[in-house]
Amino acid sequence: MIYLDNSATTKPDDTVIESFKKVSQQYFANPSSIHKAGADVEKLQTAARNQAAQLLDVKPKEIIFTSGGTEGNNLAIKGTALQYQQRGKHIITTEIEHASVYETVKSLEQFGFEVTLLPVDQDGHVKLEDLKKSIRDDTILVSVMCVNNEIGTVQPIKEIGKLLRNYPKIAFHVDAVQAIGKVAIDIQNSFIDLCTLSGHKINGLKGTGILYKNKNKQLFPLLHGGNQEYGIRSGTENVAGNVSLVRALRLTKSKEKENQVIFNELNKQLREGLKEIPGININSPLNAAKHIMHISANGLKPETVIHDLFEKGFVISTQSACSSKASDKSRVLIACGKSDEIATSGLRISLSHTTTTEEINNFIDALSDTINTLRQLLEVDKHGI
Amino acid sequence: MEYDHILIRYGELALKGKNMKNFIGQLRRNLQSVLKSFTNIKIKRSQGRMYILLNGEDPEPIIAECQKVFGIYSLSLAIKVDNNETSIKEGALFALSTQHHAHTFKVAVRRVDKSFPTGSQEMNQILGGYLLKHTENLTVDVHHPDTEIKVEIRNEGTFITAAVYQGAGGLPVGTAGKSLLMLSGGIDSPVAGYLMMKRGVQLEMIHFHSPPFTSERAKQKVMELTEVLTNFGGSIRVHLVPFTALQQEIFRTIPERYAMTVMRRVMLQISEKVCARENIKAMVTGESLGQVASQTLGSMNVINEVTNYPVLRPLVSFDKEDIIRYSRQIGTYDISIRPYEDCCTVFVPKSPATNPTRSVIHQCELKADFQPLITEAIEDIEIITIEQKSSTQTGEDFTDLL
Repeated sequence: MIYLDNSATTKPDDTVIESFKKVSQQYFANPSSIHKAGADVEKLQTAARNQAAQLLDVKPKEIIFTSGGTEGNNLAIKGTALQYQQRGKHIITTEIEHASVYETVKSLEQFGFEVTLLPVDQDGHVKLEDLKKSIRDDTILVSVMCVNNEIGTVQPIKEIGKLLRNYPKIAFHVDAVQAIGKVAIDIQNSFIDLCTLSGHKINGLKGTGILYKNKNKQLFPLLHGGNQEYGIRSGTENVAGNVSLVRALRLTKSKEKENQVIFNELNKQLREGLKEIPGININSPLNAAKHIMHISANGLKPETVIHDLFEKGFVISTQSACSSKASDKSRVLIACGKSDEIATSGLRISLSHTTTTEEINNFIDALSDTINTLRQLLEVDKHGI
Repeated sequence: MEYDHILIRYGELALKGKNMKNFIGQLRRNLQSVLKSFTNIKIKRSQGRMYILLNGEDPEPIIAECQKVFGIYSLSLAIKVDNNETSIKEGALFALSTQHHAHTFKVAVRRVDKSFPTGSQEMNQILGGYLLKHTENLTVDVHHPDTEIKVEIRNEGTFITAAVYQGAGGLPVGTAGKSLLMLSGGIDSPVAGYLMMKRGVQLEMIHFHSPPFTSERAKQKVMELTEVLTNFGGSIRVHLVPFTALQQEIFRTIPERYAMTVMRRVMLQISEKVCARENIKAMVTGESLGQVASQTLGSMNVINEVTNYPVLRPLVSFDKEDIIRYSRQIGTYDISIRPYEDCCTVFVPKSPATNPTRSVIHQCELKADFQPLITEAIEDIEIITIEQKSSTQTGEDFTDLL
C-alpha cells in the first residue's frame, strides 16, 4: 500500500509507539499522587513539558497537553469566548477553517456571539485589509489556520500577528495542526496567543495534542476537576501519550529543514506529473504547503477515483477526512470561488517525508490509468451502448 | 557578514585591584561551565574585557545564558575586523544594519591602539558620514540615539558592536567563598541564596527532613529549587539532615509554645557543625523580620545565641511582595508554592511564643539533652551534589523516552 493520505493521519513512528509502551508499563502511577511512584511520573511529565516548550521556543507553563486538534481548537475558542465575553462577543475567523474551528465558532452564535467569516481569494488566502476592516471594539478572538487542510494554503500568520499586536484585547488563535513540521511557524515572533497542535499528524499517536497558551492569556476550562494542566484541562494526565507526543515532536522538529527539502522535491515531481494527465485541475496554489496537493478530476466522482486507486494499492482521500461524510461540496473550494463541479470532485494527495520519488511515479501512472479507464466507461455510458 | 564575537564587560569587579586576576579567572570558569554545551565557542580575555568567539554558534542562546552569570555588567554582539578604514566602515555598516528598530544612531570610536593612524574624533566623523551615505531613513543623534555603534580599535583588531544587553551584575560566584544556605522549600530561602550568589558567594544547602512526616515530594522540591539555583553558579552540594528523631525529642521535652524556637536553635547548631566540617564561613537564611513568630527580633536574638558564625539574612528588610517578585524572576516561585509538608510545617504549635527570651529557653532546655541526637544526625547526613543542567537537558534522564 502506498499511503498518500498523510493529512488525514500519519503512521506512528516505531520509537513513538515504543515510548508510549514503556511509559505505560513503567510509569503508570498518577502524577498527582504524593508517593514516590507518583513523583517519578510527575518528573517525567515535567521533563516532557519542558522539552515541548523548548522545541516550540515557549515557556513550559504555556504548554497544555490535550487529546488532539479538535480539543485544542475547542478549548482555545470556547475557553476564550467564555473567559472574555464581558469584553465583547465578536469573533473573527475565515471561511476555510477546519470543522473543529468553523463549527465551534458557529456553535457560539446561539449564545449571542457574533461571527465574522473572512473571505479568501481563489488560492485560499485571507487579506489583511479584510481582517483589519472586520475588527471591532468588541472583538475578542481571531482564529486563522496556518496551513489549510484541504488545499494547503499557507496564511500570512506573522503579518496577522503583527497587525493584531496592536489590539491587546484580541486573542490570536492559530490552528497549526497541518503546519507543524512542514511550514516554519514561530509562535513568539508571530505574536500568537493560542496555537493548536496534534500528535497524529506528525507520526505521533491519536489522542495526543498540545495547545500553546500565552502566559498572559486566560482560558475558561472546558473540563473542570482536579486542576491538572494548570487548571485549564483537568483529568488524569495521559503521561504516556504526552511523552510519546513530545518524542514525535522532537523527531519532526529535528528533521524539519531536511524534510522541507524532501517535500519540495516530491511536490515538484507530483505537480509536473499531474499536469501531464488531461482533465486534472490542480487546486493547490504554487505557494501552498508542499505536503498537500489538491486536485479535481473533472466529471469524475471522487469516490470512484479513490476506490479504483485503492484497488491498485494507492491511498488518497476526498476533501478532508473529517468532513468527507458531511456534504459533497467542499466548503473550502466554494469559498475559493471554484465551480460546483470542481468543489464536488476534489481529491487530496498528502505526502509524508518517507514518500519516495518512485512511489510518486507509480502513483501518477496509476492515477492516469484510473482516469482514462473511468472516462472511457463514462463515454460508453453516455452513448448508451 | 555576521557577528562573530560576544563582548563581555565586567561589572564592579574591574575595580577590585589585586584580586582582579582571581575574579576574572573565576568568571571565566563560571562562563565555561554555563556554556559547556556550546562546543565550538572559545572564551578569550583581553585588557578589561572578555570575548566569546562564536565560531559559527548561534549567539542568541549564548547571550541568554550569559545574562544569568554574575559578574557581567553588559554584553554586546561584536564583529571583529582588521584595523583598516575600509574594513571598519563595512563592519560598522553591518552592525547598524542589524538594528532594525533604530531611526537615529551615534558612532563612538575608541582608539586603544595608538598606532592606528586616524584619531578617534576624526574616525567618528568618517564613520558617521559613511553610514549616513549608505543607509536610508537614518539620522545622527549624538544625545539620545536609538542605537550606538561602538568601535574599539585595539591591537588585536577592531571590535564593532551595536546593541547592548544588560548583564546580571554582581560578582562572579565563588569569589566570595562559601556559605551554607538553610533551605526549607519555601519561597524565601531560594531568594536569599540567589542574592548571596549575586555577591559572589558559592552556596551549599542544608535541608532538614523528617520522614515519614515529610514526604519524598518535599525532598524533591528542595532538589529542584537547588537545581534552579545552579543556573546562577554551577553545581551545588545539598546536605540532607535526618531530623525526625530530634524533632520528636524536642516536641516531647519542650513546652509546645517554645518548641519552635528550640528547634531553630538545634538546626543552627547542626548547621554550624556542618560549616566547620566543610570549611564554610557563614550561614544564610531566608528570614525576613516580623514575617512569622520565629522571625521577630526577640526570636532571632534567642536563636542566634547558639552560634558565633555569621548568620546572614539578606531578606531581613524585604517585604513579602518583593521576595515573591524575585522568586518569580529567578524561577523558584512555582516550585516553592507546591503544597508539601516540610519540617517547619509539620509540628506547628497553635500559639508559638513570638517573643521568647534567652533565660526562658535556657530553662526549657535544662530538661533535655539533644547532643547525642545532634551527633547522630550529623553522622547520618546524606550529601547530594546537584549538577547544573545545560538548557538542553531535562533534569532526570528520560532521553530514551522523549
